[in-house]
Amino acid sequence: MRAYTPKDDVQKKPYYTDRYWVAPQVAKSDVSEDAVFAADLEAIKAKFEVLDAYIQVEQMVVVIHAADNFSVLEMLKNELEYTQLSELSAIDWLAQEGKFEIFYQMLSMSKRKRLRVKCKIGEKESIQSVEKLFRSADWSEREMYDMFGVVINNHPFMKRILMPDDWEGFPLRKTYPLQGDEFAQWYEVDKIFGKEAREIIGPENRDPARVDRYDTERFARLGHEVPRGADISQGEPDTPLVYQEEGGVFMIDKFDAEKSVVISDRDR
Amino acid sequence: MAQHQVNYLKDGGLPVALTTIDKVVNWGRSNSLWALTYGLACCGIEMMASGASRYDFDRFGTIFRASPRQAELMIVAGTLTKKHAEFIRRLYDQMTEPKWVISMGSCANTGGMFNTYATVQGVDRVIPVDLYLPGCAPRPETLQYAVMLLQQKIRKESANKSQKPKRLM
Ligand code: SF4
Repeated sequence: MRAYTPKDDVQKKPYYTDRYWVAPQVAKSDVSEDAVFAADLEAIKAKFEVLDAYIQVEQMVVVIHAADNFSVLEMLKNELEYTQLSELSAIDWLAQEGKFEIFYQMLSMSKRKRLRVKCKIGEKESIQSVEKLFRSADWSEREMYDMFGVVINNHPFMKRILMPDDWEGFPLRKTYPLQGDEFAQWYEVDKIFGKEAREIIGPENRDPARVDRYDTERFARLGHEVPRGADISQGEPDTPLVYQEEGGVFMIDKFDAEKSVVISDRDR
Repeated sequence: MAQHQVNYLKDGGLPVALTTIDKVVNWGRSNSLWALTYGLACCGIEMMASGASRYDFDRFGTIFRASPRQAELMIVAGTLTKKHAEFIRRLYDQMTEPKWVISMGSCANTGGMFNTYATVQGVDRVIPVDLYLPGCAPRPETLQYAVMLLQQKIRKESANKSQKPKRLM
């Protein structure tokens, strides 16, 4: 087995940092600048605690407590006319804050406005499902669970949606290696042939440009075919490329222009 | 009445042909390669194009079948994900012997550009492959050439039952 290297702090250690780089921020403006949003925010504030609210790119962002997510969305849908949930997912801030940020992107067709509800939950915490309000949340929440491991309460069918059911790990977390952890790298071998086949099949070749010129076990060079496993370090014979074997194929005639008839009159 | 000389020893002279069993069997096998439809991603489109009228696979005797029991050629056309690896193996096992596999496109050969956790890095990790077809995606002519190469390969094989089935391990 290969040596273990911890991969749970990759987010804290970027491999390259520019000393003079300042991450550009999208400008935030005050909610009072937009009358429609200001009225909506007042309505939300009357019933729930709002941690932060601002306007970014003409969309209002409202940060709430994670425990209020269902009731806030219910209110947005039934009273404030935000009738569509266009997107829902999580953002991994585990390394910085130990938390996931969960966002709900809402659309109001009648007001022609978009609003984003955000909340934060810890790694081991769970959040209420909004599938009862919006059917579109069904698959989004399953995907959120599949990719981030955020557990949803009261979801009708809490199962992985993209990865296989027996998958281990949550691929969209920042700590998940792009080329997979050990479980992922051996997944198909373990599942089909069993763990004991690892030795025989060998590790994955993660360099797709790698070609071993002298490997006759796996490759036969076109026009230079040799028996499998032959040693070609001293050069290999030419086998000319042909479309048909020497002498043609049994019972199949080669096309011969001399012997064929050209039909010029198509109606005959 | 027309009179003509019939050369009985040349083929066409009589409805009789002299040959070996190997040759006849391999001739039959190589010219009726029924392929399992196995389009997994964009390469599948090229495979379908090869089957359609412009490139016309039927004239090679390659007819796509939707059941592994009726197929002896598997053209793996596209990206094999880890989730699907189990099923490709199951379908391969359901095909009757003798059977051949063409791995079509970079994805099927090596995982291609999908150097990620979710893609099998080459179908030969799961099933034995006879012919690797490079390209992303290979044009239908390339696939036709691959089928013709495979036909040549089949004609060189022994048709005897003692021929061992291919195994990865
Ligand atoms: S090799 Fe290219 S064309 Fe073929 S499936 Fe992969 S990405 Fe698509």
